[in-house]
Amino acid sequence: MATYNLKINGKIRQVNVDPSTPLLWVLRDHLDLPGTKYGCGVAQCGACTVHLDGTAVRACQLPASAIGKQAITTIEGLSAKGDHPVQKAWLEHDVAQCGYCQAGQMMSAASLLKTNPKPTDEEIDAYMSGNICRCGTYLRIKEAIKSTAKK
Amino acid sequence: MNTTKTTHNRRSFLKTSLLSGGGMMLSVSWLSSLKAADKQQALNLPEQSVMLNGYIQITADNVIKLLCPNPEFGQNVMTSLPMIVAEELDVDWKNVVVEMGPHDNTKLGPQFTGGSNSIRMYWKPLREAGAAARHLLRQAAAQTWNVPVEEVTTKAGVLHHASGKSANYGEMAGKAASLEVPKDLKLKAPKDFTIVRKSKKNVEGQKIITGKPLFGLDYRVDGMLIAMIQHPPAFGMKLKSFDASQTLKMPGIQDVFSLKLYEDGFEQGGFDTRTFNDLLVVVGKTTWEVMNARKKLVAQWEPIGDTRDTMSGRGGKREVVVPGGLESTSTQLEKMQEQAQKPAQQLRKDGDPETAFQNAAQVIERTYNAPFLAHNCMEPMNFFAHVTADKAILAGPLQAPGWIEPTLSKILNLPADKIEIQMTRMGGGFGRRAYGHYLTEAALISKKAKAPVKLIYTREDDMTYGIYRPMYTATYRAALDANKNLIAFHVKGGGIPEHAIHANRFPAGAVENYLAEGWQIPSNITIGAFRAPRSNFNAAAEQSFLDEVAEAMGKDPIAFRLELLKRAKENPVGKNNEYDPDRYAGVLTLVRDKSGWNKPGNEKYNRGVAAYFCHNSYAAHVVDIVTRDGQPYVERVFSAMDCGIVINPDAATNMVQGAVVDGIGNAFYGALTHKNGAAEQSNFHNYRLIRHNEAPKSIDVYFVENDLDPTGLGEPPFPPVFGAVANALYKNKGKRFYNQPFQNEMEKRM
Repeated sequence: MATYNLKINGKIRQVNVDPSTPLLWVLRDHLDLPGTKYGCGVAQCGACTVHLDGTAVRACQLPASAIGKQAITTIEGLSAKGDHPVQKAWLEHDVAQCGYCQAGQMMSAASLLKTNPKPTDEEIDAYMSGNICRCGTYLRIKEAIKSTAKK
Repeated sequence: MNTTKTTHNRRSFLKTSLLSGGGMMLSVSWLSSLKAADKQQALNLPEQSVMLNGYIQITADNVIKLLCPNPEFGQNVMTSLPMIVAEELDVDWKNVVVEMGPHDNTKLGPQFTGGSNSIRMYWKPLREAGAAARHLLRQAAAQTWNVPVEEVTTKAGVLHHASGKSANYGEMAGKAASLEVPKDLKLKAPKDFTIVRKSKKNVEGQKIITGKPLFGLDYRVDGMLIAMIQHPPAFGMKLKSFDASQTLKMPGIQDVFSLKLYEDGFEQGGFDTRTFNDLLVVVGKTTWEVMNARKKLVAQWEPIGDTRDTMSGRGGKREVVVPGGLESTSTQLEKMQEQAQKPAQQLRKDGDPETAFQNAAQVIERTYNAPFLAHNCMEPMNFFAHVTADKAILAGPLQAPGWIEPTLSKILNLPADKIEIQMTRMGGGFGRRAYGHYLTEAALISKKAKAPVKLIYTREDDMTYGIYRPMYTATYRAALDANKNLIAFHVKGGGIPEHAIHANRFPAGAVENYLAEGWQIPSNITIGAFRAPRSNFNAAAEQSFLDEVAEAMGKDPIAFRLELLKRAKENPVGKNNEYDPDRYAGVLTLVRDKSGWNKPGNEKYNRGVAAYFCHNSYAAHVVDIVTRDGQPYVERVFSAMDCGIVINPDAATNMVQGAVVDGIGNAFYGALTHKNGAAEQSNFHNYRLIRHNEAPKSIDVYFVENDLDPTGLGEPPFPPVFGAVANALYKNKGKRFYNQPFQNEMEKRM
């Protein structure tokens, strides 16, 4: 066990966990932040996507010991009132079906748009293909991302 | 049309009661119930499953709260079902608050999500619930204002009288609750709808986009422990012994034990399917600790021989032999080929197919195969349970809590009223969560651990210990005469452990000489419903075959189908044809027109078409393939649907688009194979799901416009995608593909 002071959604949160514990389970089991989802545990589905210093990473592959001072943003912290442009676009396009993968999809999309504000279809495909949606809402996700890019 | 009767039990009652705070609660119950034995039937034959409930609360300050009776797994019933109530209640949708109802089959109806039934079975009772409440409110206003009730009108939640008097529903709700519910209710004409048929956003949208704890896996209480099960390494094996000493030394671990899910002779209902009966359980404080500690278990497993399961069913209980052995996909395929040559059970026969085939100028025969499929819900199976001596509280993702409650009641020896099952939002279902064994497992673990427990399946557990879509095969034969007329049609289908044949579906009824046969091979690999059970294979095989027959006849595939449907309408062959030829033809002509089928401007596409009827709705797709980076890519799809009145058009479009994407993915990539009883795929690195870059650029969805009572959409658009993909792939590759998944077959053959 080791103690870590993690910067999560703008606050310092202290946790005492085994150093190998992936951020995913630190968030879900220790910090009551269940918005970040478990889908595969092997970085194949993207449901656990969070931002590490603003860049999308898979929380299931990031051990607590490797985070250090890097700032973590989860879906709960993407915006104060749920009004990040990506979140607004998701509502506007009524993207979700079951909704389970969508936090990860939005975190990936927000990260993409930060570095590439007007991505092409191919760039969206390339960036988003690590995020699986079993309900098949890919077309709406792309529409939502493109509508954000236009604004 | 199917002649199975819709049985609304008429012992219905409406009752009102006062809420504390002066509001009104209206509940409607139809006191019919689904017998355990009819449950399988209910999923297959939605016509028989109708027991309903609506639930309306209006507070004194005019908040309209509508409870959703049915579990939500992404089909958007939490929005669409309350829309139906709100329509007849005549309220402003903006004032409506929706909550998931509690599980209570007596008060709230069957509460199952499956068989594309939710809208269909709740349509009428929810309308009546809304209309009854509206009437009571008008009566209350009439009495208060001392005017005849006929003169009281409503608009968007406000009561009016020509004298200028008006009141909102909240003001009259208290009085309305004291009135008698009217016997005859007048429902709106579809032309007067103001909510139904107008797109409404998902009522849980804001919660979804902000990551609120909606799902079973998010559910937690103080002091909750985490449990995982170590399953046998293969189907056909069971636990012999185990050594937990290393596991118990791991941090956070509280207990390791084995337990039996069902005692010998336990009478299983149709949805009590479980993968394994002997469970080895690790219980600890956190997920990561339990995951790691489980790896330290030392367990011995042993093969089991034939075993007997006791099943309850119509006509009493029966024994089913589950064969022993460690099965492999390759040997299963051989067994299926062998069995396919043997006589099978006749399911339907019209005319004299044997003679017609003997006299045929040309016989076309093709065999189609499809593998087991894993459901792969993005939220793996999990359930919370807190079982004490006198009570059980459970929460999690489940399609039909009422189907598992009797099982739980027997196993825990608790009366049903001491069992509370909370329905969390499901991260997908696709049929998998109709089988609640993981809830029962969680309950037994909680009981043994004497603590609130969350049972979690890892992705690997979820995929390798599934309740899969069966493995199917079917051989189709068509006889043509010298003038290339179709004179006979024969299908012989089989599968492990069931065949997929729906003998009374198209093209039955359209061909003079027709024969359908089925056979099955039992297996210890567990199977269950998977989005549009059986149809998901039939539509692939049959619709590919019809395409090939049309080609041999020199006919356009749509024109050929329309000719058959014309025959089925004007001079139907045989009895019990399950489909309505007009509606079937309707989706075909709609997709033909919208896709510009055979029209110039589409030359760059390799086009394939398919249509199918299942779960009471009609679907047709045109799939357009191009070659991209040397690979076939479905770039564009046109879809036509007939599901009667479309409650929530934008969400319905989303569902159809999703079904198309799902269909393309499963047709190209979906497969679960076994070697010596063990699944060969365990996670998304080796079980391929369709991803962003493989989804079409556009999926244009069109609905046939009519005023027919609505039917479901979760399943019907899915099956014909497979057939349309296969037919477009033929145009792209110049070869027909008969074995799913097509990507594997392409790699083998190209």
